[in-house]
Amino acid sequence: MATPTRIAWQTATVERVSVETPTVKSFAFRLPDWQPFRAGQHFDVRLTAPDGYQAQRSYSAASAPESEGLLELTIEKMPDGEVSPYFHDVVVPGDAVELRGPIGGPFTWSATAGGPLLLVGGGSGVVPLMSMLRHRRAAGSDTPVALVYSARTWADVIYRDVLEGIAAVDLAFRLVLTLTRGHPDGWAGHTRRVDAGMIEGAIAVLGRPRYVFCCGSDGFVENAANLVVAAGVGPEAVRTERFGPTGQ
Amino acid sequence: MASRGFFGLKRPQPPRALPPGQYWEQGFPVLTAGVTPQIDLKDWRFSIARDERDLATWTWEEMKSLPQQEIVVDIHCVTKWSMLGSGWRGVSIDTFFEAAGIEPAEGYVMAYCYGGYTTNLPMSDVRGGKAYVAWEFNGEPLEAKHGGPARLLVPHLYFWKSAKWVRGLRLIERDAPGFWEQAGYHMRGDPWKEERYWGD
Repeated sequence: MATPTRIAWQTATVERVSVETPTVKSFAFRLPDWQPFRAGQHFDVRLTAPDGYQAQRSYSAASAPESEGLLELTIEKMPDGEVSPYFHDVVVPGDAVELRGPIGGPFTWSATAGGPLLLVGGGSGVVPLMSMLRHRRAAGSDTPVALVYSARTWADVIYRDVLEGIAAVDLAFRLVLTLTRGHPDGWAGHTRRVDAGMIEGAIAVLGRPRYVFCCGSDGFVENAANLVVAAGVGPEAVRTERFGPTGQ
Repeated sequence: MASRGFFGLKRPQPPRALPPGQYWEQGFPVLTAGVTPQIDLKDWRFSIARDERDLATWTWEEMKSLPQQEIVVDIHCVTKWSMLGSGWRGVSIDTFFEAAGIEPAEGYVMAYCYGGYTTNLPMSDVRGGKAYVAWEFNGEPLEAKHGGPARLLVPHLYFWKSAKWVRGLRLIERDAPGFWEQAGYHMRGDPWKEERYWGD
């Protein structure tokens, strides 16, 4: 256990805003007080209205811990949200935003921990998994890794170019993409929701995973984690994180 | 620091004040660090333990034969959502201690769970009608993904203290961090003091 230290608010400056998909943007923040983080951790952001009203939300780091001083958060716009629409519709480079972190422990991976590593992401659940992949690249790790990633359509695939770029040069990385609500002509990949065949196929290529990280909506993660266990992976190897619209 | 161009959303106002930094959530979100354990009721046990020894153990039927309570409380999750007026059925931790004839010392408990989760609590936060083992949510059996068959319910603290799939309470003299507390979360977690993380 690390020595408890205060996780203090700081004022970060937005340095860059990138459009990832029609509903997802990434925001790179310059942090005056840089604290090393682990891939998979999240940060809290806090917005304050002129009357003092405040709203807080948590967002996963998308960047690698190695990109010191510059933290990227990827934020999906929630139609009825309070904080994500503000980021999408208002925030521009140069804006100041209060944030604090890093936060979270079990849903983290370090290259020194090794693998094989199985990542299963649904929608914006791919964000902390991207931080792990970027960390693996930045650390020069050759840990075998597979990413099973479910997106609605081709246009909704976050980090599409980055992922395909890694897949093209890194033989130890296997990308398994499934497009569940529409795909381009000639699409040869999966179109089903993540199922036993997809998980077993990834494990067949990867070998038995030492660590599994599942991230996405509640229903997505429940299904994915159960499929991984049904494929013979011990539950102690499986870490989950659930987010997005909740509802019931 | 005011955020440029942020005015907050015009949303339904909660019927009563929320702790700082919380928002009113109408659903019941799920946050879990691992696979959802599936526990057969015939194998289920709840224990009060000291060191590695069980001082008292209840089966499912034994627990349900204890005096029950209906509890209507507000729930505050450290991930910022608050659920107001949630209804639960369960047995008070006081009742377990009384039934077992255990006079608990001062100090702390470590709640431990099916699936390996732990969370630490001061004895003063689990006694005096403040904490329960609960198995019904809004009139229905508690779903596995929400901690069923039974979870700890400590509504006056952040909800990670209300351990899902609870298996027992271990009496400890000195406070020690549980699962999330080792990962940066506050040792006590009072939402009204916004004790979310280390140093809060």
